[in-house]
Amino acid sequence: MTSSPMPRVPASGDYMGRVRSEGGRLKTATAVIPLRRVEATVPKVRLQGISLSYTQSNGRLLALDNIDLKVEAGEFLCIVGPSGCGKSTLIHLIAGLHHPSSGSVLVDNKPVTEPGTDRILIFQELGLFPWLTVGENVEFGMKMKGVSKAERREQTERYLRLVHLAQFKDSYTHQLSGGMRQRVALARALATEPDVLLMDEPFAALDAQTRDLLHDELERIWAETGRTIIFITHNVREAVRLGDRVALMTFRPGRIKREYGIELPRPRQLEDVTVAKAAREILEDLREEINKSIEEQYGAKEFQQ
Amino acid sequence: MKRFARHAVFYAVLIGAWVLLAALKIWPPYLFPAPKGVVEALWAGFADHSFWIAIAISMKRMLIGYGVSVVLGMILGLGVASNKFLEETMGGLLVSLQSLPSICWLPLAVLWFGLTEKAILFVVVMGSLLSVTIAMEDGRKQMPKIYGMAGRNLGAKGLQLFWYVLLPASLPYIVSGLKQGWAFAWRSLISGEMIFVSLGLGQLLMMGRDLNDMSQVLAVMILIISIGYVVDGLVFKTVERRLQHKWGLLPAA
Repeated sequence: MTSSPMPRVPASGDYMGRVRSEGGRLKTATAVIPLRRVEATVPKVRLQGISLSYTQSNGRLLALDNIDLKVEAGEFLCIVGPSGCGKSTLIHLIAGLHHPSSGSVLVDNKPVTEPGTDRILIFQELGLFPWLTVGENVEFGMKMKGVSKAERREQTERYLRLVHLAQFKDSYTHQLSGGMRQRVALARALATEPDVLLMDEPFAALDAQTRDLLHDELERIWAETGRTIIFITHNVREAVRLGDRVALMTFRPGRIKREYGIELPRPRQLEDVTVAKAAREILEDLREEINKSIEEQYGAKEFQQ
Repeated sequence: MKRFARHAVFYAVLIGAWVLLAALKIWPPYLFPAPKGVVEALWAGFADHSFWIAIAISMKRMLIGYGVSVVLGMILGLGVASNKFLEETMGGLLVSLQSLPSICWLPLAVLWFGLTEKAILFVVVMGSLLSVTIAMEDGRKQMPKIYGMAGRNLGAKGLQLFWYVLLPASLPYIVSGLKQGWAFAWRSLISGEMIFVSLGLGQLLMMGRDLNDMSQVLAVMILIISIGYVVDGLVFKTVERRLQHKWGLLPAA
């Protein structure tokens, strides 16, 4: 049950050195284990001192502040944080759709300057093309890469089968349910064969049953394809359910507050007691950030305990 | 069927009133012909091929002129929409130019190109170019940003991005502008042909006036209305409906 078909690289790096926890006290529990200090090979994705600030009417807003993060090849990293902490912005930076004010994003030790098919982002709002059929959507990235028609057709069928949508190849996306559209987006992203899959709160708008199903499928596909996944969510349970590691972001400016290694056996379930336990620990740290965000957004101090 | 019946009644009453008024002979028949005369003029026009030739010539001019303004308008509109400087400067100019009736370009066109086909095409292009440009600019701005990002994210760049993503993504937003462009082009063409005599439906209309032949004038007017209606009601409505259906903006019919 615990074995996955691909080698798991141990979570690495001097994570603890960057933890900004109160008094340097480490929280440990049966589920959440402190990360070891291991110097490994070149990480798949590396964020080095990423900062981003915007000019606003009332001055400059620091959205992201000196973010360092390493993601190993084949790792499933979840990033959680309160809404407005800049986690979407962060993943757009990794995708190359925006540029940081300072710092750099490295993939395989090469700096990212523009979008590339080595890392495909699945947007929160999906961004499926409504003028194309499901099959044509999945084919799109390959077409842009100049893959031959025959190969495109073959790959499209393969990935549509992988997400159980083979019989919907000729449908339009508006004819599908929310969960099915999610799967199209997943197939479209996978079909370009990216090394890194970036997912920006992809399941946030789904009902609970559909989400459970997609968690299972994502875990299975991840195990089958061995991709590196960076997954953004505001849902701690979801992060613990899916991730090898969970990084918690602070609210404004966005920093990596703390990282947690999740070494629970797979496949996991959202209802697992161990998952709940680990999630509760992270949630305690997250609550502080949520309160900060509520206070800033509504100016209501009384929400804070 | 009910809708059809209402239409039938309406037009029957309209034509009945016309027949009645003509039969009363309040005005001389060469100024107010009976429907029968107009039908005969239509018949005669098609029988001696003069209507067919005029339609063919006018449509050819429309297709060329409109085609040019669609291509130019899309490039221009996209340029204006994607560049802050152009948007501020040229955007304003385009809007102010739109208030100029396109027939005002005719004297300029005649001086530049002489009494040639080019002059009339120029008027048609100027008549529709601005509305296509403005429609494209609006479409590009209204189009959800996510499509452009998703396209770039999947590796589309430059011309590829334009052709496979930005253009299809903005289609539902520009189709009404394209329709308006067609209507403007049609108006410009007919007025151009009326002043600048060189075949076509506009000339046929003026010929009716020169011959004091009110039946022909009305027959050609009916022809112009019908062609406008067919293109607008059949071609553009169908395209619009298909687009909306494909995009899921309409329930499946």
